Parts: sequence; structure tokens; C-alpha cells
Amino acid sequence: MRIYATCVYLFLYTPIAIIALFSFSAGRHASQFQGFSIKWYGKALSNPFVMDALETSLMVAVASAFLASVFGTMAAVALQGIKGLVRTVFDSLIYVAVMIPGIVIGIATLIGLVTVFDQLNPLVSTLWPTGFTPPKLHMGMGTLIAAHTVFLMALVVIIVRAKLVGMDRALTEASSDLYATPMRTFQQVTLPIIFPAILAGFLLSFTFSFDDFIIAFFVAGSETTLPIYIFSSIRRGVTPEINAIGTMVLGVSLLMLITAQLLLQTGGKKNK
Amino acid sequence: MTQQARNWLLLAPAGTLFLVMLIIPLTVVLIFSFGERAPSGGVVPAFTFEQYANLPARWTAFKNTMTLAPVGTLSALIIAYPLAYFLAVKVDSKWKTILLVMVIVPFWTSILIRSYAWIFLLGGRGIPMVLDWIGIEGVRLINTPFAVLMGIIYGYLPLMVFPIFVSLDRLDKQLLEASSDLGAKPWRTFLQVTLPLSIPGIATGCMLVFILLMGEYLIPALLGGGKVFFVGNALVDLFLQSRNWAYGSAVAVALIVVMLITITFYMRLIGRLGTSRDDVSIM
Repeated sequence: MRIYATCVYLFLYTPIAIIALFSFSAGRHASQFQGFSIKWYGKALSNPFVMDALETSLMVAVASAFLASVFGTMAAVALQGIKGLVRTVFDSLIYVAVMIPGIVIGIATLIGLVTVFDQLNPLVSTLWPTGFTPPKLHMGMGTLIAAHTVFLMALVVIIVRAKLVGMDRALTEASSDLYATPMRTFQQVTLPIIFPAILAGFLLSFTFSFDDFIIAFFVAGSETTLPIYIFSSIRRGVTPEINAIGTMVLGVSLLMLITAQLLLQTGGKKNK
Repeated sequence: MTQQARNWLLLAPAGTLFLVMLIIPLTVVLIFSFGERAPSGGVVPAFTFEQYANLPARWTAFKNTMTLAPVGTLSALIIAYPLAYFLAVKVDSKWKTILLVMVIVPFWTSILIRSYAWIFLLGGRGIPMVLDWIGIEGVRLINTPFAVLMGIIYGYLPLMVFPIFVSLDRLDKQLLEASSDLGAKPWRTFLQVTLPLSIPGIATGCMLVFILLMGEYLIPALLGGGKVFFVGNALVDLFLQSRNWAYGSAVAVALIVVMLITITFYMRLIGRLGTSRDDVSIM
């Protein structure tokens, strides 16, 4: 049993470890290890395409994780006090947003928004004062952030709600009995309790957005995110540079995930 | 401000986003699937079932998906169950959390990089070279159904372990003691106590993995090399290369319908087994 478990762990971690190992190879070929070197990291970090893609990915990840955390927490708090049809509709939308395959979200957002933009753009340009170039709605970073925010928001609602449900109701009741306004109760009682969950939700959302390929593939327009760059490079052939970039991406995700885990766990203990 | 007004205000951003980025787009896909292809690549509004009638043209993609998704799910289950059992029943509680986290963490890291690792391992200079060295020559692994299956198992194993672990961990250990006190042999205790009680976890794990697999694009694209393609690959081709939006929409709707049928079927099956469906969140 123990041996079996060890084998599964080896299965899970060996491929990752090999990528990391070969990223330190000095050789030109991705799959031959020839001496230790960090030159491919230097190459990757001085490649303007990589840096551009990284910048786009980071901006999208920070913006969508932030929006998702704020909107998701707001919705989770509101849904606590709502029953009936609205609650059912929101619950099913959250379920749909999480369960639907990324590829369908990508396609639907692409053709839905392109269709809507095609209707809106002529309207905007007729309404726009003459002499100024009217803004043109198009697919790009904005649409990508919005597309990520939708499903990440659903994720945040689920995480925050789990914490809200486990919260002792007597605390908020006591606070309002002591004449605190609802806003104050939220600030001084509810928020400190659910904050670790919100932060964990933010970190998970960041990781998701940063790692997402398929939605960005459809929705990003002419923008290139890091996963899109990696995907197109892989298609052109395996290089040591990709190993280095991949190792860095894995490193960032691991860091975020471990922090999120710690937050969810310490938060959980405090609550008990 | 009343309680209700406040709640509405709090729900407004989420509601607007759901409407603009989820409900409207999905409705457009549904409408387009009944339309006709415009010569310029867009869609002419119409009400025709032509696109749906044409679905068999992409039969191979559906066939591959509906073969490799169940096979992948089942293989992941077979590998995951003993590990979940080990973690839930055998491991000291001190180590439990860390070992469990170690299983889940890979799932949350980039599937792109993890699949890329297998291009590396299955490619000419990876496992085939090792096989060559021990005397088995001419083995080709990359761009085969086997490669896609490996990628699937590797990618989705963590998602299978977690729900099974949860259901086994919740299991009252006194039941196992009672069973053995009554003279049952270990395998009998397993078959008659442990296994039936872990069915909700098995079902949740299988459903999660299966649903995600049906929409899979990256693994077949990277490890199947255009020979083993899923519905997801057909969709990318239809929307981004041939720009046939009407037909692509019909394929997307068909995929969603197949998924919904599977979920409903699963729920029924679990209901009949007499166990409650337990909601497991991944974290």
C-alpha cells in the first residue's frame, strides 16, 4: 500500500521534476542534459515576446482576481439573506459558470460579444460627436478580464459562502443587538472572519487566470498571454527556453496555492 | 436603506456580469446553431436544422471523445481509489493533510505545462529511447491514443482522488472494527462496508473528471498530434480556422446536450443506489 502510494506520487511529480531539471541544462537541445546553467532563464527573461506576454497575463490575472473577489464576496453576502426565485437563479448560474467547459465559455463569449459589438459599434459612431474618432469595441484585454471574472467570481462565491455558512450567527446578532449598523457589523464582525477565505479565493483566482489557456485563446483578440505564447512555441518545437518558462510558471502557481491552502486552514482552525 | 435594497445592490455587479458574459453569449450560440453560414464567414439568421443534420460529419471527434473520456475516467478511478483509501484509512492523521495537499496541488497548476512534460517524456528522446536501450525497438508513443490517455490520467488523477478521499475519510472507522469483530475477512469488510459507503465519492469524482474531459482541447492537441482529436479540437477548428460559426454553434450545443444527459443519467444512477449526493468542493 505504501509502495503503491509512493509510486503514484512519483508519477505525479516526476514529469514536473524533469521539466525543472532540464531547464537548467546548458545544452541547445531540450532533452539532453549537458551541464548545469541558468542561461535559459536569462534568455527567457530577456525575450521581449515573453515579457510582453507575461505582462499581459499578470495584468489580466490581477484585474480579474480582484474583480472576482470583490463581486463574488458581495454576492455571497447578499445571497445569505435571500431566498426564493432569485436565490435559485443565482445558485444555478454559479453552478453553470463553474461546471461549463472552458472551451464553451470561450466560444460563447467570442461570438456573443462579437455579435453585440457589431450592433453597438455603428450606433456608438453615429451618436459620437463629429470630428472625434469614436471608440471601437473589440476583443482584447477588457473582454478577457470580463470572461475570466465571470467564472472566477462563481468560484469565490462558493469559497466565501462555505465560510459564511460555518460562521456563528450569534456573533452578528450580538453586534446588531449592541446597536451596530449593518455596515459596521459587516466591517467589524463578518469581514474579519471571512477575510482568509476571500484572500484564498483571490489567490486561487489569480492562479486560474494566469494559467488559463483555452478561454484566452478565443477571447483575447490580438493580445498574447503567457499560456498562448507557450502553446504556440510548443507547436514550433520543444526548446530549453520553454522548460525555463514552464518551471517559472509552475513555481509561481505553487507559491500561490500553498499560501491559499495555509490561509484556508488557519482560518478554519480559528473559527473552531 | 432596507435590507432588501442592500441585497439587490450587492448582487447587481454579479448579476450584470452573468447576464452579459454568460446568459447572452450562450443564447447567441443557441440562436446561431439554427442559422446558416454567411459567405463572409458570419451567420445569416434563419431557422433551419441543417447544421444539426450535418453533425455526423464530425462523428470521429464525438466518437473519440466518447471513447477516451470514459476510458480515461475509469483508468483514473482505478489508480486513484487505492491511493484515496491509503490516505483516508491507513495514514497517520499527522501526515494526512500534507499528503492530500500534495495530491491536489498539481491539479491547480498549469495543465499546459503538465501536458508539455509528457510531450517530453513520450517523445523520441524520452521513454522510447529508454525502451530502445533495453532492446525494445521502434516504439512510437507520442501522437497516439495511448499518449492522450496518459495525458488524461496525469491531468485528472488529483481530481479523482479528492472526492473519494472525502467520502472514505468521513466513514465511521467503528464500522470497520464492528465488521471484523463479527468475523468478516478484510476483503469482505471492504466489499460490503467500505466500497458501498464510498460510492458517493466515486460518483462525484467520475462525474467531475468525465465532464471536464468532454470539453478537453489541450491534451489531444498536444499529445494527439492531430490524429487523436476531441470535440474541443473540432470546435477550435470550426471557430478559429474555418470560421463556420453556425455549424460550430451546433457542435457546441450538441456537446452541452450530451453533457447534460450524462449528468442527469449520473444523478439518477446515484439516486437509485440509495446514497445521497455529497457536494464536495475541491479545496
